[in-house]
Amino acid sequence: MLSIKNLHAKIDDKNILNGINLEVKAGEVHAIMGPNGSGKSTLASVIAGKEEYEVTDGDIYINGESIEELSAEERAHKGIFLSFQYPVEIPGVSVTNFIKTAINETRKAKGEKEMPAKEMLKLLKDKSSLLEIDRKFLSRSINDGFSGGEKKRNEIFQMAMLEPSIAILDETDSGLDIDALRIVANGVNKLKSSKNAVILITHYQRLLDYIIPDYVHVLHNGKIVKSGTKELAIELEEKGYDWIKEEVKN
Amino acid sequence: MDLKEKLVSSFIAFENQVDIDSYVHDIRTEAIKSFEDSGFPTKKNEAWKYTSLKQVLEPDYSIFPRQNKALEYAKIEKYLIDDIDSYKIIFVDGKYSSHLSETTHEGMDICLMSSVLNKPKYASVIENYFNKAVKKDGISDLNTAFSKEGAFIHIPKNKYVEKPIQIIHFSSGNESSLMLQPRNLIIVDENSQLQIIERHQNLSENEVLTNSVTEIFVNPKSIVDYYKIQNDNKQASLIDTTSIVQERSSVCTLHTFSFGGKLTRNNLTFSQNGEHIESIMKGITIIEDKQHVDHNTLVHHIKPNCESHQDYKGIFDDKSTGVFNGTVVVEKEAQKTNAFQANNNVLLSDKASINTKPQLEIFADDVKCSHGCTIGQLDKNALFYLKSRGIPEKEAKALLMYGFANNVMQSVKIPELKKRITNIIANKLGVKIGFNL
Repeated sequence: MLSIKNLHAKIDDKNILNGINLEVKAGEVHAIMGPNGSGKSTLASVIAGKEEYEVTDGDIYINGESIEELSAEERAHKGIFLSFQYPVEIPGVSVTNFIKTAINETRKAKGEKEMPAKEMLKLLKDKSSLLEIDRKFLSRSINDGFSGGEKKRNEIFQMAMLEPSIAILDETDSGLDIDALRIVANGVNKLKSSKNAVILITHYQRLLDYIIPDYVHVLHNGKIVKSGTKELAIELEEKGYDWIKEEVKN
Repeated sequence: MDLKEKLVSSFIAFENQVDIDSYVHDIRTEAIKSFEDSGFPTKKNEAWKYTSLKQVLEPDYSIFPRQNKALEYAKIEKYLIDDIDSYKIIFVDGKYSSHLSETTHEGMDICLMSSVLNKPKYASVIENYFNKAVKKDGISDLNTAFSKEGAFIHIPKNKYVEKPIQIIHFSSGNESSLMLQPRNLIIVDENSQLQIIERHQNLSENEVLTNSVTEIFVNPKSIVDYYKIQNDNKQASLIDTTSIVQERSSVCTLHTFSFGGKLTRNNLTFSQNGEHIESIMKGITIIEDKQHVDHNTLVHHIKPNCESHQDYKGIFDDKSTGVFNGTVVVEKEAQKTNAFQANNNVLLSDKASINTKPQLEIFADDVKCSHGCTIGQLDKNALFYLKSRGIPEKEAKALLMYGFANNVMQSVKIPELKKRITNIIANKLGVKIGFNL
């Protein structure tokens, strides 16, 4: 489904990704862990198509097709979704208005008709209750004055509405209390299917207690230096990252 | 002969068309003298530092248009808010068009300046109000000198006017270049309520210069909502002087939507003559090419316990230019004044510019006054956020600009008007997205 081959990327002449290889198949959950500054968020931004990053080598494929030349919106139309580590506040644009526009623009890009208003309303209702979101929240401006937890819940709510095939959750667990974490994880688990894939970017093993990964990868200096199963996450939680850094050195 | 000389020498011809033995004509005579002395403002005048009329004054304008051209309703329909019941005072080339209008004298006067100026019945109203609100300067003097037509609205006390009033000035293109000088007088007596929508529209590619003066008197406890739609074509220039006098416990809100025109200058003045007055000024300016919009506001806080709020948003593309010059004067007696002023701007191009200058002159010591100006670009992170959800660049930018201007839209009280303005914005930004929330 998603295939990353020898991906190198830089920003302002600073190399951040130094040859990432990753294969993600439908139905899988991959966790990407790693110390601060290892390139986790950059990887997420590069997959989503943030223009500030320049891909210097390698490529990203979705279902065998390169997405290197595609804009962020075209990647979204192909089913990529990024849950932001720091969701952006946009005063004056309501959550509902934003999501309606996102859904209908995606449909338009695929040559489909706009979603009928009634269907849209039902979808908004169903998905907001899945994330235990108050309806009033939907008429507020996007992330404007939202608490950290509300912002993250809003991200997963958007994911639920847009039904992406590849969802990348960038530190969705940070800033969440245990109840909010449970709600968010529960939402992701319900959205998971054999047809989509989830990439979890996280510092801590905590989230992985709720969303069980099939694979765990450790990113260090812009490279995946170790891959394993969920046991690797537990080991990292106990021992930290230093032993991996040592292993890489040797 | 330049335009000033032409105007001054035309005054004698103008006198043949009006009743010269009247109270108003004495004022006109005085005004033409003042105009002869001062002429049009130039950039040497501090208040006109960033707006030059030079180019706008060049064409050889017709000052007295020929007989008006009858316009078909179908041709002007799209400029009306026609999905609501409203009074309409419509002018074509400066002349009243009765077949397009809907006026009344039943229990209130919603009619024409020309029909009241010389009638004994209205003599005392004219003497009490005409030319009493407007600040005297070259531009307004010129309008006063030639004033004979425009809207006259007098609402008696305790009257809630349910239907909004639309005042629209069309220019048909009958003249190769035309100068219009509408003069409106609006008086709202105690405890009444009124909504007005004003628009100027050039229907041809011929040059039009409009020098409009509107005086509004908001008597105690009255509420007035005034909306100006400035979305004219690139051959039309507008100098709009609107002077508002408010009495105690009244509320007056004025929205200015400046979306088009060659040059647009708004001189907006509020004078607060009593306590517990609220004056609200809001504006959205979205322009491109070489268009120019200048907002010059003055709020005069004279009495204690009053408020004023100004919120102007501007979006400038290409080589367009904007000016915001907002003055707030708080007199010594005007304690407990709350005055707020904000002017936020987004420049979409390197060649667009905005000159913004807030001025506070405070003589009282117990007041809350604030002002703030910002000039920026669209937030790149916000743009990426929207795009990452599948919203294309153009639509994402439009959504951000709409969001930027949205708090001004929130205070538009006529839903059909809000919808119309939203559509104008969407059209301007070249997008088809329903901002209907």
